[in-house]
Amino acid sequence: MTRVYFDNAATAPINPVALQAYLEQARELGNPSSLHGYGREARKKVEDAREKMATFLECQPNEIIFTASGTESNNLAIKGIYWHRIAEDKKRKVIITSTFEHHAVLDPINWLRDSEGAEIIEVPVDRDGYLKLDFLRSALENRSSEVALISIMHSNNEVGTIQPIEEVVKLADKYQIPVHTDAVQSFGKVPLSFAELGLFAMTVSAHKIGGPVGVGALVLKKGVDITPLLHGGGQERDIRSGTINAAGIIAFATAAQAALRNREKNSVFVSGLRDVLAATIKNDLPDAVFNAGAGERLPGILNVRFPNTESDSLLLLFDSEGIACSTGSACTAGVQQPSHVLLAMGLSENEARSSLRFSLSPENSKEDIDYFHTCLKKVIDRARAAYRSTA
Amino acid sequence: MKLIAAMSGGVDSAVAAARVTEMGHEVVGVHLALSKNPKKYRSGARGCCTIEDSHDARRAADKIGIPFYIWDMSEEFHDNVVENFLSEYAAGRTPNPCLRCNEKIKFAAVLERATAMGFDGVVTGHYAQLRTQDNGEKTLHRAIDESKDQSYVLAVLNRKQLQGAIFPLGDTRKEDIRKEAANRGLTVAQKPDSHDICFVPSGDNAGWLRERLGSEVGPIVDSAGKKLGEHNGAYTYTIGQRRGLGISEPTPSGNPRYVLKIEPKSNTVVVGERESLAISEITGEKIIWCGPEISDEVSLPGTVQVRAHGTPVSCVYSRDKSGNLKAELTEAIFGLAPGQAMVIYDGDRVVCSATISETK
Repeated sequence: MTRVYFDNAATAPINPVALQAYLEQARELGNPSSLHGYGREARKKVEDAREKMATFLECQPNEIIFTASGTESNNLAIKGIYWHRIAEDKKRKVIITSTFEHHAVLDPINWLRDSEGAEIIEVPVDRDGYLKLDFLRSALENRSSEVALISIMHSNNEVGTIQPIEEVVKLADKYQIPVHTDAVQSFGKVPLSFAELGLFAMTVSAHKIGGPVGVGALVLKKGVDITPLLHGGGQERDIRSGTINAAGIIAFATAAQAALRNREKNSVFVSGLRDVLAATIKNDLPDAVFNAGAGERLPGILNVRFPNTESDSLLLLFDSEGIACSTGSACTAGVQQPSHVLLAMGLSENEARSSLRFSLSPENSKEDIDYFHTCLKKVIDRARAAYRSTA
Repeated sequence: MKLIAAMSGGVDSAVAAARVTEMGHEVVGVHLALSKNPKKYRSGARGCCTIEDSHDARRAADKIGIPFYIWDMSEEFHDNVVENFLSEYAAGRTPNPCLRCNEKIKFAAVLERATAMGFDGVVTGHYAQLRTQDNGEKTLHRAIDESKDQSYVLAVLNRKQLQGAIFPLGDTRKEDIRKEAANRGLTVAQKPDSHDICFVPSGDNAGWLRERLGSEVGPIVDSAGKKLGEHNGAYTYTIGQRRGLGISEPTPSGNPRYVLKIEPKSNTVVVGERESLAISEITGEKIIWCGPEISDEVSLPGTVQVRAHGTPVSCVYSRDKSGNLKAELTEAIFGLAPGQAMVIYDGDRVVCSATISETK
């Protein structure tokens, strides 16, 4: 059966060179924290990787804290900064975020609200999927002395829109409020400079750009303190204890190198494919609606609403044709909820429930879209029949 | 064929899905989410509806090698099964929610959705058999394993629904299904059977009803109307019930008392001796034919069953002029509640079902 993978924002194919680097290091003995020869050899390669990553992220090597995932990096940034700030100043209980963050940001913030008495200010987004800066501006004007941190994503994982983080940092700098951004979807795909953005902290992850699952990083401004989540051996600047994952980190840097080297070429290719996919859908189904504006956005994400369908029918039917796509962030075991991202953008529950995300990578091809095209009408017709049967 | 296998997370539906997959059909496993906020873990003897159960179902589907999806049927289930369960009890009747779920959810909402999406039928782990007649039509029959037979709760399926149903387990005994599950490497092989009503997690039916319908105190009286005691909600009683009446005064004959009647309007429970419960004729409304209909003029010999695991009783059945089903029993049965289903069998074949409206 022909298989097509349009779910690269969930996880992307591993880069063969990165895989090779992973396997080579995984065979090696030695804990990078050990002082003996084995340890030294491992540590040298980890630090080489850190330096490489620093050039890609445009930060200092000692600003990179390797973690086990994007989720961990987000938790570390949000809880770590919050705890540190509140210890310094009890008044700073407010966390500013957006209404359409990934759950790995929303949930630690909600947890701080429910368990530790934090207050959340959610900056709304417009119908196109862009942050309302005016709202942020007035929130800061009114509450700046109470704000612990701002955490706003660099680009949205479901609709692909790139947020005005530079502007956010400019506003925050007036009040010296730390800004964290979840850049998991942006890194390796669009220009991203930690130094230029003037950020306090930034999250990236390996497996979205051809690295292995189980490695992430938090870039944390030099000289600042946050409270650790994990206590133990004091690795990673004493901020993230736990044996250093040498193979994973080396593979991360290798994958990042490949992604960055080809970034512009890939961006042109992938956004071209995305536009062909969009045109194909629109040509067959004139009533299909694209759920994001055409401003600054990631090359590979297309979020489409197919009126009079339910996305879980669409997923099943596309899957049975060998086509993998998604409703956005992967759902928990319970009942599929309408996407909070699309609801935040002002879509109705029904509209959100009839939307699908296609996320493309340089591994996709025009042939993938041709195959998708041969299945599209049949899938939509059946999903519409199923929709009517339940309506 | 392209089939949807409804997978609860239990052993039966897992083996059913495995069997049809092995036969070469293209199968997609579907777990029905029947609650908007499923509990994380099973409590008591529940066998479905928790996140743990959906994990079990997903794991079984992965083992079998079929795709797996969760379909949100919580609204349909609430409106058609839970609400109906409550309103029937409130009206003094004794409903069977499993029957209702088969009729309105599994072989209605699910089957319709499956058909619309290009599937040919719905597979479940029910113990019952379908036989294809010469005219191509399927008829419903008892399972080989009489102790597990579920033809009673499937007798609400009309001929069209039966056409879209597949019951792969009807020819096997339960203990062999467990062995087969173990041989197939399905981790649910030893998972306990579910007994309770799936949406009453505690298994405390009366308590669950009291929470939702209130617990207004009312009288327990004898047939002459003499007050013997009090209760906390007439609907928590079932006709024929003997235990839990809490009456200290003995009967003149010294025989035990049984619930004879529930009067929801006056919130009264009427009790009396067992003889008063004897029934020799049952009338049911809303007939569902699971095979060919009989004409109005004939009376046919058969058996009638009035409970999920009740003993079938010989009868002569017919259809009266107003379209109701009538069964005259060859021997009396005791304690029958309106609202329950009566199912007529011809040998092991299910003829039809109806909702009991009147007993004599």
